[in-house]
Amino acid sequence: MSEFLHQLASGLALGGVYAIMALALVMIYQATQLVNFAQGEMAMFSTYFAWKLMDMGWPYWRAFFATVAVSFIGGIVIERLIVRPFANAPVLASIIVFIGLALIFNALAGWLYGYSVVSFNTPFSGRSWFGNVYMSAHESGAVLVSLAVLALVYAFFRFTSLGLAMRAAAQNPTSSRLVGIRVGWMLALGWGLAAAIGAIAGMMAAPIVYLDPNMMGGVLIYAFAGAVLGGIDNPFGAAFGGFAVGVLENLMGAYVVGSETKLSVALAIIIGVLVWRPYGLFGRRLVARV
Amino acid sequence: MSAPILEAKGLKAYYGPVQALFGLDFVVEERGVTALLGANGAGKTTTLRALSGLIAREGDIRLRGKPIGALSTEDIARLGVAHVPDGRGTFVDLTVDENLRLGAYARADGKDLKLDFERVFAYFPRLAERRRQQAGTLSGGEQQMLAISRALLTRPSLLMLDEPSFGLAPMLVEEIFRILAAINRDEGVSLLLVEQNASLALDLADHAVLIETGRVAMSGSALAMRADGSVRRAYLGY
Repeated sequence: MSEFLHQLASGLALGGVYAIMALALVMIYQATQLVNFAQGEMAMFSTYFAWKLMDMGWPYWRAFFATVAVSFIGGIVIERLIVRPFANAPVLASIIVFIGLALIFNALAGWLYGYSVVSFNTPFSGRSWFGNVYMSAHESGAVLVSLAVLALVYAFFRFTSLGLAMRAAAQNPTSSRLVGIRVGWMLALGWGLAAAIGAIAGMMAAPIVYLDPNMMGGVLIYAFAGAVLGGIDNPFGAAFGGFAVGVLENLMGAYVVGSETKLSVALAIIIGVLVWRPYGLFGRRLVARV
Repeated sequence: MSAPILEAKGLKAYYGPVQALFGLDFVVEERGVTALLGANGAGKTTTLRALSGLIAREGDIRLRGKPIGALSTEDIARLGVAHVPDGRGTFVDLTVDENLRLGAYARADGKDLKLDFERVFAYFPRLAERRRQQAGTLSGGEQQMLAISRALLTRPSLLMLDEPSFGLAPMLVEEIFRILAAINRDEGVSLLLVEQNASLALDLADHAVLIETGRVAMSGSALAMRADGSVRRAYLGY
């Protein structure tokens, strides 16, 4: 029983990472109907950036917030310079651009920092918190950070006028422009936010999965499974899906398929959802009026 | 005679490679109401889209003498040109309140916002009742009211309306036109009105422009247009 609870709890910790990664995917999907396949590699690169800062002697939280800020700006720059020229291109062209971006970041990280696996610090020290014997301090901390990110993102979109404008721009670009919203910038801002959220996901995942240029490949697939499960047009469905996939993946890995083949759980979820409930658990059924 | 608020000279517009407007000339006087009349497909909606910069256009467009023909849609909106598009442009997944707040988004002055909300709710009390409701669940007439209110919250000096009567019951159309007249009279907002219902449009307008296949076929005062035999037979139906 205690072993089971332990597996459940670790699932929640990685689930939090998948949840906010899924949120980052949804943010760009809602505005463009495209999945950013480079989201994981961008997050990995951000994590290396944080690692480098700490390697230079920066304290954890300073490195953390500097990385989030730099990732935010980096996301905006990528949208402006690389993604935007393909705004009116066919879907396939955009996907190729995303895959290209992923390869570039992967290669760049390997070239700059090497391919060997390195360990990544956690700010959450100690063996466990609050007598919670089923989770390490880092796992507890990662869950809390994930929940904090979800709450902040919710508050931003729900209560600020900039958040409202971003939602409007994603929903109805023409009407948004007619009330003076700079839709192009809203999209860039979305990329910035997604990159910043991805950076946090990377920094929370790295102490668990260790840091190497391929660390986010699996994470992105789980996050995608979470987003699809919850409904890729619904941020909170996607976040819920992320947690659910984290727990499911861990339990299946421990008791059913073994940890070597647990990635197939994510793929099974994706295919299963697409076949039986393509709009996800909480997504809206797409009905086209002809 | 004061300068017109909007002046278009040689306005051309294109949908991709297809030219839709072939050099339109017309003005909207300060505090005036100009109606764009014409049959389906004549280019009325296209004219508004061209003025707002939603489609490729050429020609001299001036807002109070300032050229706006090269500006982006966002910048034109920020200069005080509000465009109520065909289909009403509702943000269907947002609430009525959020739709209205978006109207005020680009405004520098946030302080009179409450007053402006009260003003549009005075015109359209039904929106106040539905404030927390998702805008997509409103009836067509209510969405038209919402679109006009959203445009008013941008504090426009020129309000461009694309078929505000479309798909509405006659009583509702009358109400909306009465309110448009009040907006023009009491707030000094100039109107550029695209309307299929020529009789209704000519009641409200002081000037009218008749468009046929992307060209101005005739223009003049609303009275003169109404008196013209060919306009009467073709567009007024008597």
